[in-house]
Amino acid sequence: MEKIIRKDILEMIHSAKSGHPGGALSAVEIMSALYFSDVFRYDVNDSAMENRDRFILSKGHAAPVLYAVLGNAGFFDKKHFKTLRKFGSILQGHPHAKHLNGCDMSAGSLGQGLSIAVGKALALRMKNIDANVYCLVGDGELQEGQIWEATMSAAQLKLDNLCLIVDYNGIQLDGNVADIKDVYPLKEKFESFNFNVIEVDGHNKEELIKAYKMFKANVGKPTAIIAKTVKGKGVSFMENNANWHGLAPNDEELKLALKEIEGGLK
Amino acid sequence: MINNKPPRDGYGEALLDLCRNDENILVLDADVAKSTRTIWVKEQFPNKFLDVGISEQDLIGISAGLASEGIVPFASTYGVFLSGRGFDQIRTTVCYDDLNVKLVGAHAGISVGPDGATHQALEDMALMSVLPNMTLIAPCDSNEAYSATMAMFKHKGPCYIRFGREAIPLFTNKEDDFQIGKAKVLKEGNDCTVFACGSMVHEALMAQEILEKEGISISVVNVHTIKPLDNETVLKFAKKTNCAVIAQEHQKIGGLCGVVSQYLAQTYPVPIEYVGVADTFGESGEPAELMKAYGLTKNDIVLAVKASISKKK
Ligand SMILES: Cc1ncc(C[n+]2csc(CCOP(=O)(O)OP(=O)(O)O)c2C)c(N)n1
Repeated sequence: MEKIIRKDILEMIHSAKSGHPGGALSAVEIMSALYFSDVFRYDVNDSAMENRDRFILSKGHAAPVLYAVLGNAGFFDKKHFKTLRKFGSILQGHPHAKHLNGCDMSAGSLGQGLSIAVGKALALRMKNIDANVYCLVGDGELQEGQIWEATMSAAQLKLDNLCLIVDYNGIQLDGNVADIKDVYPLKEKFESFNFNVIEVDGHNKEELIKAYKMFKANVGKPTAIIAKTVKGKGVSFMENNANWHGLAPNDEELKLALKEIEGGLK
Repeated sequence: MINNKPPRDGYGEALLDLCRNDENILVLDADVAKSTRTIWVKEQFPNKFLDVGISEQDLIGISAGLASEGIVPFASTYGVFLSGRGFDQIRTTVCYDDLNVKLVGAHAGISVGPDGATHQALEDMALMSVLPNMTLIAPCDSNEAYSATMAMFKHKGPCYIRFGREAIPLFTNKEDDFQIGKAKVLKEGNDCTVFACGSMVHEALMAQEILEKEGISISVVNVHTIKPLDNETVLKFAKKTNCAVIAQEHQKIGGLCGVVSQYLAQTYPVPIEYVGVADTFGESGEPAELMKAYGLTKNDIVLAVKASISKKK
């Protein structure tokens, strides 16, 4: 499944001629461990099901990984993939929840998702609905102050139905996170903000599933899963390269990339 | 043949010239330095550059602090996040204390294209135009962006400049006289006046050519400074043509449309038509495709001119 998702991401961005492969590829296992396992409760025939789990892609530029996952899960026809970023498409450059089945929240302005997740988790608790809220952020995104406002809210409210996942790939748009505005160490930061913190290899699906299950078993605190990843994972020339944050592969590059993906992760 | 060039290039070139003169500036960005062209400063004058990361509110606050100590900050990022995310910081820190902060909103307008609605600043001029002490500029091409940046540097007080992502026709010269608050009359005709800013100025010039062939003679005024408005020129042309069109790559509400309409409503009411986005969000698409779909082309200006003329008494 991860191979298919990676292939879909690259083909989508290639046909759109713009988009963000780096941060989409780094989140493939994070997303597939959630949606393609017994972790995340959803029903493709009833995307408004009350006790579904909620997912918020706060790093909205990674839309292609969400689209690939939702399409492969069956929320919409995969034929839409090739319309990514085109006029009239349900697959907007950044997710637009209004027109996208299976997507709970629009995104694109970084730093806002965790607050929304806090609101959702609180509402679920108030309504006695047994469901969890997952929110994926980038590590660069942690530079937005709102993230830390939300972190304190989540801890204050003891939202143990809330799981933050940090795609810890070390790179943002302009370069290395540590060179621009260092956000590390993450484990200690989130622990001191009263989160239950789990560190995992973000490209190991089994480890990720285990982490999600630890989150579910955890009581009294929100959870932060720090998923160590590689930006551009799976395509050697995109890996750890900030230039591929927001660049579409050309025909030649796509061919090379798909071949590498066929070979599997190193 | 007219060349195309993105206005942000003019901004980047001006920054480099200011750095070469060793002016007392600091160029700040919030993790979009390639897009805003501040990366040129990072590469050539690293001690005049600071990337604060993905932290727009911090960007504005730091700039305010720098300005209060006499350094001229150029706070640059996408217009949508600069004006939106940082609005309170701009209002209550920068403008209230009348601080000498230069705010640079890149990728403004719908022509941002495939990134879609979240990245298309269609409200920034409305937001900035209601702020006391603010100077608001929307240059029409890369050369005017250069001149405007230089003028902003010399001007004391808060300024916001906005321009789009795309390469657009380059039809002015860097040497042209540019004064903040002084509109430029590009064409003089008697039937209607088009007041335009930013990318709409060149569209208005093309509309003028189309209309001329149909025997309709219009004035085209480049109102690069939305605030303070060049009242004198606006009034003069309202009186000359007795109807107007206002064009901006922005919501029809606020910005140039709002400022000119309010002024004329009080001084010399004339029929006005608007060319802008009609109270809706944008979407993904190719820039030209979106400009057409959202009514922001020369043809839309032609239609608006005719509609405005037809309302004349
Ligand atoms: C508020 C806001 N500021 C700036 C941007 C532009 N932007 C899009 S992606 C990005 C970098 C994101 O880096 P990170 O969070 O580390 O994501 P990843 O590396 O996982 O792609 C930036 C600055 C934005 N979308 N929203």
